[in-house]
Formats: sequence, C-alpha cells, structure tokens
Amino acid sequence: MSLNQELAKSPTGIQGLDEITNGGLPKGRPTLICGGAGSGKTLLAASFLLNGIVQYDEPGVLMTFEETSEELGSDLASLGYDLEKLVASGRLVVDYVRVERSEIEETGEYDLEGLFVRLEYAINSIGAKRIVLDTIESLFAGLSNPGILRAELRRLFRWLKDKGLTAVLTGERGDAGLTRQGLEEYVSDAVILLDHRVQEQVSTRRLRIVKYRGSHHGTNEYPFLIDREGLSVLPVTSLGLTHPAINERVSTGVERLDDMLSGRGYYRGSTVLLSGTAGTGKTSLAAHFVDAACQRGERCLYFLFEESPQQLMRNMRSIGINLQQWVDRGILKFHADRPSRFGLETHLAAMQRAVRDFQPLVTVADPVTNLLTVGTHSDVRSMLTRVIDYLKSQSITGLFTSLTPGSKELEETDAGISSLMDTWIVLMINEENRRRRRWLSVLKSRGMAHSNSVREYLLTDHGLQVLDGDSSGQGRMAAV
Amino acid sequence: METPPARAGWLRCRNNVETHTSAEPAVSDTETFLLRLYVAGQTPKCMRAFANLKRICEEYLAGRYHIEMVDLLQNPQLARGDQILAVPTLVRRLPEPIKKIIGDLSNTERVLVGLDLRPARRPTA
Repeated sequence: MSLNQELAKSPTGIQGLDEITNGGLPKGRPTLICGGAGSGKTLLAASFLLNGIVQYDEPGVLMTFEETSEELGSDLASLGYDLEKLVASGRLVVDYVRVERSEIEETGEYDLEGLFVRLEYAINSIGAKRIVLDTIESLFAGLSNPGILRAELRRLFRWLKDKGLTAVLTGERGDAGLTRQGLEEYVSDAVILLDHRVQEQVSTRRLRIVKYRGSHHGTNEYPFLIDREGLSVLPVTSLGLTHPAINERVSTGVERLDDMLSGRGYYRGSTVLLSGTAGTGKTSLAAHFVDAACQRGERCLYFLFEESPQQLMRNMRSIGINLQQWVDRGILKFHADRPSRFGLETHLAAMQRAVRDFQPLVTVADPVTNLLTVGTHSDVRSMLTRVIDYLKSQSITGLFTSLTPGSKELEETDAGISSLMDTWIVLMINEENRRRRRWLSVLKSRGMAHSNSVREYLLTDHGLQVLDGDSSGQGRMAAV
Repeated sequence: METPPARAGWLRCRNNVETHTSAEPAVSDTETFLLRLYVAGQTPKCMRAFANLKRICEEYLAGRYHIEMVDLLQNPQLARGDQILAVPTLVRRLPEPIKKIIGDLSNTERVLVGLDLRPARRPTA
C-alpha cells in the first residue's frame, strides 16, 4: 500500500508513539492494547483519550471495568491530568462499570443492550470521537455465559466501527493468545503489545506493534517510560549516519590538552571518550570541560552513574572548579541515577528525555562503564550507539568516561565503545620512586592532527595541569 | 399477560391473596419488595421477563411488592445508577442488600434464590 493511501490516523499525543505508528492509531477503528498486569495498558489508553481531548479537541469516553472513577482520577492526577475538570467542561465522560459475579444471578436469555445504551448515552452527551474500554475482558469474570458475551462483543466492535469512533480496548495478556479471552480475534485493525520485564532485578518496559493493518509501522520493540510526565515511547532505531559534521571547535577546558588536539580542542557535536583506571582524574577532566562550556554560556547536562551531584561538586571544589555556580544559574544540570535502578533501555529513554527537556549543548555521562552492571558489553554498546546517534543528530558534544579495571588490558576493555567515539583520551597512573605519576595521551581524534605524545599531568588545587613537553615515561606506560 | 409500559412507572399490586411460600424464606415475610426491571424496548426477551416476574410476584409476594419498569431506550441515563449492563435486569432495591438477576427470569427457582425467597443450597421442593 502506498503512503498516500494510508489510513487516516488519530494521533495519540504520546511522545514517540505517533512516530512509530506514522501518525497515531487507525481513525474510526478499534485498537487493542494488551499486556500483563502493571504493564501500563490503562495509562496508555487513558493518555490517548486525554491527549485527544486536550490537544486535538476530540471529546472522549472512558469506560472502566476495573478502577472506579476516583481511583483512576488519582492515578492520572499524578501525571498531571485533571479528570474532574475535563468532565466538568463537558469533554470527558468517565463511566465505571461494576460487574460482580457474586451479586448477579442469571436466569434465561439476556443481551448486553444495557452496556450499549450506556455507551451511546455517554458518547452522545459530549459528541465523543474517542473511546476507551478498560478492560472489557472483566465482563468474562462477571458474567457466566461466554457464548452471549462473545456474540455481544462482536456486535459491540461492529457498532463502534459503524459509529466511526476511534476506540482503544485493553486486554490482559493470556497464556495462549495475546489476551485471555482472545480479544485479538475481534480487533483486526491494530494491536499493541506492552511488556514489563524484570531481568536481574532490573525492570524494563517495552512496546511493540504486533499488527497495524494497512499501515507502515516500526516493528521493533521500543522501550517506554512511565514517569511523572506520563508515558513516552522512544523510537531508538539508529537514526542513520546523516548527522551534520561541524567544523567548530570547543575547548577541553585544559589549555595544554587543547594544544594536543591541534590547538583547538574537541569538535562541537563530536563524541569523546575519557578512559582510565580508578583515580586517574577522568571526572576532573570532564569537569574542566563542563566548566569551560558553562563559562561560554552553554548549557550542560551531566549524567552521573556513580556519585551524587553534591559529592561530585565537593570533589571538584578541591581542585578549584566551582560547578555549583553553574547549577545555580541553571545552565548546568545533573541527572543522577544508579545504573541498577532500571534497565539499559530505560536509562536510554531517561537520557533522551532529559536531553530533550534540557536542550544542552554539552552532555557528560560518568562513568558509562557502570552501565555494564545492568547489561552485557554488546547491550551497552548498542545503547551507547543510540545515545550517540541521538546526540549527534542534535549536534550535542558528548563526553563519556570509562573506568578501566586495573587488571584488564586497557584497549580490550574499551574496545567495545571506543570505535563509536571521535576522540579517545587515555589517562594512566604509574608508580615511580614511591610517587604516583599521571599521564595522558590522545589515542585518536578523528579529523584533526593530534599529538601522539604521552604527557604527564598533575591534579592540583587549581585544576588539572598538563606538564610541558614529551615525557620520557612513554616506555614505562606499556608496562602499566 | 400485561404489556410492559414503555416508560418508567409504578405498578402497584395489592392483591391481598394469602401469601404462600413453599420453602423457608431468607427474608422476613412482612417486608415489601421494591423491584425494578430494566428493559430496552419491547423485545420478546423483555416482555417474557416482565410476564415471568409478574407471575412469580403474584405467587410468592402477593400484596407486598412494587415493580418499576425502566425502559433504557427512553431513559438511558438510568443505566449507570444501578450498574446495568445486561438486559433484562431485575434489581431488588428493597429489602437491602441490592440484588440483581439478569435474563428473562424463565427459571422460577433461580429467581426465587436470587430474590432471597429461597435459600440457595436447599434442594427445590
């Protein structure tokens, strides 16, 4: 089917979901959202409905079979939706349908005309264009005659289509099929599957479009986030290699390191890896870069995977770098998360979202190697590829620190991610005459004539200082 | 057989015929039953339900019941209050607690159980 013949779409207003569905859910047709308990079905459905009201002027009916209006109201209030206000403004109807088997005796024939009447009344009262039924499968628990229910559901979905309503139904993930009651048989237009996996005590939410009749759609599993701003899906497929190459250069914050990078520092929009063993001063070098950027008035976003912002700022004060002033001025922002708090996909999602919200020119991730505690090398590499693609597409300079375990060969450890980087600076320590000496060198820096020397540097109370001239310690380095 | 009225309204049945129940009633035999039958138009199912209900009431609740008919096609806003999904639905509003029986009420025993006029576990007489 060619693009211009594609179905009319009803935008969800959910960050990312409209991109992977090429514009939203099929307009005037039912979409099934299925997933296990706590996978975010209700939230996705409600977001579609409420965004429709607020952003696209399409009134909506929310028929809930599980949560009362009050429960739902407080759930959604925490995400910034005011149900009562929308109801009062005549653009939303919330109808809680309670089905309790123990309270109902069945005798003889019946149909679900009462449900239809209720729906039609709600729809007509506000001129609804969108409707959510969450979770209609609850009917099977409440009523004992599945034959009647199936026939009536078939009638319901046909009726919704005839009325031209864009409907979202939710269904609990079943053992055999996508849903317990096989709702997917009735909804042939679009099916979205949500998944909430916990691996090694780390949870990741994912979304996949199982089916979307007559439309192009992304087929991958996409991570999605639920936070105080609601739900967002992250189209994380590699954006391709079309990002611009910028000739502008930015200072590393250390004059002599700039000199080593053909006298002008990093390329703006490039990626930089700082790797080294513990105590080499990776964070100090990153802090110099951030400090210099903030002095130029550039917004910086600093992802911390190990320390707290306070701890980092205190440590940096000891080498004469005052980051607090930039935080106070609002141009430096820290984003601290324990790697184990969630899975890689979620970290990726959170990072992208933070970047989108803060709009920085410079980002630092320190140390990315900590992410290895929640993923394998190849997972981390693929995640970083996506982070880097995203940063490059936004022309954001990205600096990553990597902790090299003392026991391993330097280049082996970093091999996975270094190839993604434009500039790779290695920091080293060796011990000589009962004194530790630190050395740095530029292993690579694409697109510039960089120094090949290994330089000694000091961490002083007024910053990191690279000493003059080529070092005679080069030979010793190989032994480290 | 009476035709169900199309609108909501009270049908007062005050025949002082001697009350007779064949089994021990679960509720006292002096309470008045307030019953509401929800229908959607005059479909055969709904008419059957009304006829069955009238017959059962006359037999077991004579003189102490009110039946209110609600046609949801006329009064759709009433479906929400009593949580109506299925049609026909009989709601026992009094005595409390509220009870619901869905279907055309063709099985008298089950209606009696549903109305608490007969203990659920007792074999039918």
